[in-house]
Amino acid sequence: MSLLSVKNLRVTFPSDHGPVEVVRGLSFDLGRERLGIVGESGSGKSMTGRAIMGLIATPGQVTADVLTFDGVDLRDLPETALRKLRGARMSMILQDPKFSLNPVIRIGPQIEEAMAVHGALTKRQRRARMLDALTAVRIDDPARVARLYPHEVSGGMGQRVMIAMMVVMEPALMIADEPTSALDVSVRGQVLDILDDLVKRRGMGLMLISHDLNMVSRWCDRILVMFQGAIVEEISAGQLYKAQHPYTRGLVASLPRIDESRDRLPVLDRTAL
Amino acid sequence: MISVRNLSVSFAKTQVLHDVSFEVAKGESFALVGESGSGKSTILKALAGQLKSWQGDLDIMDAPQGAGSKRDLARKVQMVFQDPYGSLHPRRTIDDTLGEPLAIHGIPDRDRRVLDMLDAVGLSRRFRFRLPHQLSGGQRQRVAIARALMLDPPVLLLDEPTSALDVSVQAEILNLLKALREEKGLTFLLVTHDLPVVSFLCDRLAILRAGRIEETTDVADLRSGQLSSAYGQELFRRSVDG
Repeated sequence: MSLLSVKNLRVTFPSDHGPVEVVRGLSFDLGRERLGIVGESGSGKSMTGRAIMGLIATPGQVTADVLTFDGVDLRDLPETALRKLRGARMSMILQDPKFSLNPVIRIGPQIEEAMAVHGALTKRQRRARMLDALTAVRIDDPARVARLYPHEVSGGMGQRVMIAMMVVMEPALMIADEPTSALDVSVRGQVLDILDDLVKRRGMGLMLISHDLNMVSRWCDRILVMFQGAIVEEISAGQLYKAQHPYTRGLVASLPRIDESRDRLPVLDRTAL
Repeated sequence: MISVRNLSVSFAKTQVLHDVSFEVAKGESFALVGESGSGKSTILKALAGQLKSWQGDLDIMDAPQGAGSKRDLARKVQMVFQDPYGSLHPRRTIDDTLGEPLAIHGIPDRDRRVLDMLDAVGLSRRFRFRLPHQLSGGQRQRVAIARALMLDPPVLLLDEPTSALDVSVQAEILNLLKALREEKGLTFLLVTHDLPVVSFLCDRLAILRAGRIEETTDVADLRSGQLSSAYGQELFRRSVDG
């Protein structure tokens, strides 16, 4: 059975010109695998992640024929029940650690907070697990880092702290929305390795939302390409250059290559799509 | 065109650039490549006159950087920034933004020049009296490039000009920059962490790490993967394999 099952997911926002549908009838299943969701700004990829987490606030509206996580129907789950799932069984990593961490709480207590809310662990157990989680994301000196405030760590370290915060509850599903876009290439590799390890070792399901076609196609088991709120194509790992849909092909062609010899890059013709 | 010799910069006690030297010829496109904190943007800031103190020699068009007035410098060098959302005044129309450098420098014929520049950067003339928030990211970056070119400077400093844009929009802006350089014979100094962009837009590159130049080489070496420094090889490998 799949971990997450989505059929005909729609997200709508009201506007002056009537309702606008930003996610239009999305259907997919996620197992214990790495699923990439790629698309450009405005394609609805982040809204999809938020809709699954139940984070679309009014006036936004979410509808779906099926939205099941681990056997639980998420559609009409009351907020209190949803809260028990969020952070414990399913969690989300956002792009920029600068805005996702609380600036006035030290890193250690901030990670322990999630366990205090969800778990029945003692203070001592929470601290031990917090230090374990920091070690798991390859922070060399967890006791020292736990005492720091978010502004005292680098972007890459901040993102690892974010992941540690999610990992500590050992969620079954992780939605990572552009987890590496704010990071340097050298740190990007480390963060991806950590996520990979979680999928392989703990059997987590990972939804990786990104605009970076190359990174996603190299790293995920399969990719869904989104355009204007709908999935236009599914591609399996490493098959990006065999993509069929004109939108995907247009995107791939418009990327400069490291051995670039073209005088001009082909530009996506949006009117033709 | 640009000559940087033994440039060192310190902020408080931290030295961020150590004896950086490179030359950019007229009409050349030169890239400074490195990760965050490597000092690549600091070099641009020094050239653009945004740093209070630095040591070494900076020449732009055979004159020391600090010699003339700020107005002279503005006619020689202009900069395009990474974030088109942050670099345009939110309450000034495109017309105000493009017209201001002309007003400051007392250049006549503003109307025609603004319209010509909109055409040159591929923005429809109907955008002239819009505000930045009414434009997309790509359109805003076109405005930022247009603003930089209003005074006809021979040198453009480009600080990650496409890294905040979608890939399809990035292609449009890269094409635009390349076309403008060919048309106007501009000299580019591009700061980026994206090696494929360097391969498309530049002739030579310098690889920076922790405030030092690791190597300076021709872009042909980048294309064929024959960077000589170990760090250059590492960046190349990461760019190819993720």
